[in-house]
Amino acid sequence: MIAEFGQIALIMAMLVAGAQAVLPMVGAYQKDTRLMAFGDRAAIAQFILIAIAFLALTYVFITSDFSVKLAALHSHTNKPLIYKISGVWGNHEGSMMLWVLMLSLFGGLVPMYGKTLPASLKARALSVQGMIGVGFLAFILFTSNPFLRLNPVPLDGQSLNPLLQDPGLAFHPPFLYLGYVGFSMAFSFSVAALIEGRVDAVWAQWLRPWVLLAWSFLTIGITMGSVWAYYELGWGGWWMWDPVENVSFLPWLVGTALLHSILVLGKRHTMANWTILLGIAAFSLSLVGTFVVRSGVLTSVHSFAVDPARGVVILFLLLLATGGALTLYALRAHELRGGPGYTTVSKEGGLVLNNLLLVTAAVTVFLGTFYPLLVETFSNEKISVGTPYFDATFAPVMIVLIAFMGVGPLLKWRVDTWTTVRKHAFKSGLLIAVVGLFVYIYGKSVLGALSMGIAAYLAYSTCIAYGRKIGFGKAGMMRRFRAQPGASHGFFLAHMGMAITMAGVVSMSVWAKEDVQLLKINDSMRVGAYEFTLKAMTPGREENYQYLEATIDIKKFTKKVTTLKSSQRFYPVREMVTTEAGIQVGVMRNLYVGIGDGDSRKGWVVRAYIHPMICWIWFGTLMMALAGFVSLFGRKVKAKETA
Amino acid sequence: MKRIYTIVLVAFCLFSGLNTFAQTTPHISEAEVEQRARSVGKSLRCVVCQNQSIDDSNAPLAADMRLLVRERIRAGDRNEDVLIYMRDRYGDFVLLKPPFQPNTYILWFAPMGLLVLFLLWYIVQTRRPKQSVKIAQLSDDEQKRYDALITKIEPKS
Repeated sequence: MIAEFGQIALIMAMLVAGAQAVLPMVGAYQKDTRLMAFGDRAAIAQFILIAIAFLALTYVFITSDFSVKLAALHSHTNKPLIYKISGVWGNHEGSMMLWVLMLSLFGGLVPMYGKTLPASLKARALSVQGMIGVGFLAFILFTSNPFLRLNPVPLDGQSLNPLLQDPGLAFHPPFLYLGYVGFSMAFSFSVAALIEGRVDAVWAQWLRPWVLLAWSFLTIGITMGSVWAYYELGWGGWWMWDPVENVSFLPWLVGTALLHSILVLGKRHTMANWTILLGIAAFSLSLVGTFVVRSGVLTSVHSFAVDPARGVVILFLLLLATGGALTLYALRAHELRGGPGYTTVSKEGGLVLNNLLLVTAAVTVFLGTFYPLLVETFSNEKISVGTPYFDATFAPVMIVLIAFMGVGPLLKWRVDTWTTVRKHAFKSGLLIAVVGLFVYIYGKSVLGALSMGIAAYLAYSTCIAYGRKIGFGKAGMMRRFRAQPGASHGFFLAHMGMAITMAGVVSMSVWAKEDVQLLKINDSMRVGAYEFTLKAMTPGREENYQYLEATIDIKKFTKKVTTLKSSQRFYPVREMVTTEAGIQVGVMRNLYVGIGDGDSRKGWVVRAYIHPMICWIWFGTLMMALAGFVSLFGRKVKAKETA
Repeated sequence: MKRIYTIVLVAFCLFSGLNTFAQTTPHISEAEVEQRARSVGKSLRCVVCQNQSIDDSNAPLAADMRLLVRERIRAGDRNEDVLIYMRDRYGDFVLLKPPFQPNTYILWFAPMGLLVLFLLWYIVQTRRPKQSVKIAQLSDDEQKRYDALITKIEPKS
């Protein structure tokens, strides 16, 4: 019964979305306020209906109602409750449901927060939001209906992919989707602005919080994915330039560019065209992300729940949305006001460079991800693009970006002088030399020393810029600190986060150590200064899996550091084996062990790693995400004070 | 960045004469075989896997490929020779760093090309004299009023 309620709610949601796509747009043309106001109600109604459908589906999973095919395929009675819930989006149909739920949530928030918006702009944006909604709801209903029944009803379900039975992954997709779909706001409002033929500072200031929100969620989502891959895949990688990772990174890069250009638009009334284009691109790339993950066109370690036929439909939706928006852009962009322009050395100029470099980085990642597909399509030859390619192309672009990232925030709006740049460059050069020398003595790597120097330069420059903003060391510092808009603190946190992440990335790529060996009980292996000894192998069982757990003692120069446990889990329902890594987390280094196949006669495969400063990577990215929220809510508080 | 480090490492091996040593005497130490096999293994794809290097993969074929790499190194191959050998056997697909050849020109040139193009465009764009915007100079009186306002908003800065 509940499943049918969900089904009906979903169908109604599609009809409402259809009306939302048409009526407010017509209203905006005819200047009919009633039709325009319909958009508000439709957006809220659409959200409520999809929420009902989603709750119904969740109910089906929680109660293990295996007469519903989706639950029978992806759930199981002996699964812990949290994975019954996360199982809802651990499959294709359910994750698309989550996708449209988020989409309608953002749409539903527009009427609540957009009371000050021009009525026609809001109506048009909601109409575009409705079009996206109708497309994806139709996709769900016609190609991947989650509420299909099964007859006869199986006794038990086939359970969730064990790799996905993990708290990290349970919440990875919701955050990622909040990010992806959050960019739909930028898309809808960009398209609406193109139709209106008008983009101004008010538009930018209203849209900026939404972009911040989407960007922060996307940052959290990507970070969670990276952490999950690190401890769940069992070989200590934190980022492997896998296509699925890359496609989530693309909207992030473009979103970061958008975040900065929308700032310029809000403050200096320039870069309107560019901001619109980035708004369209960020969401289009999110659609690409959805398409790639759902279709399996690219081989990836993440490919679960794939079906090429459905991929084609998403590709069609993608082409429709992107193609339509870009055509509109081509037709209307020149009508948008150009603004005052900018000089070579100025804050706007710095932000333009930021945008250009981020776009270059995004193009690089895009090429690296899709080039093999292109080559195969046109010449039938197969090539691979892996980590070595990105190290050689992406890393240099990022270094240039970071070089500008240090000096940009120090520049004044409109026009500044080369002297400012020169003064800062001199001090920075000195700093890089000193830090580099120190790191070189300690770490014996020229590349590592130089990169660490650049990370230090970024941190130093960020502190200087922030210090000037809050008048560090001057009288009235606390008052000025409090009077700063959230964006200032956000800037500091985000750029410091970037420096910290960079330090982590550099030390991981230069100083990480690893070894793999066959060990019998009481055998040892050495990695760096550490000695890993396999002490025991203990079998056991849990609610939904059996395991074999290795106990590994770790010593450093005969002094015991810790004991780690790593296990192989066997999930009988899916007949799958997963590896649970043993990790000792530390500020300066992680110790990581993973147990592989083997037996008592020839020994077990033991992978041992020393990961220097790896936690800095995630700490830095989480700081960036936090920066987004600070930037967002800092504004709120300030608005209240003045009100 | 890992790749750059590998290049530096390989270059170091080459220039320090280890390489010629390796070619003339097939019996190189096992520790060195291991170290070199690791750096080579990172840029070889496990051809049956979904985007993993042979070092990262647990697949049986990856294990065979790892052994093959070690065999070639023991037989006296330089690191590049091993890569060429593997490429002859498994095709371009096995190289995680795509070879520089006509069908990968775009792949290799685009990032740097775009960067240079963008920077040039930026310089041209910002150097071009602006026709539309003319900023009028403030008169002395206006300047005084402006200064007064500014000090009101931002005292002592």
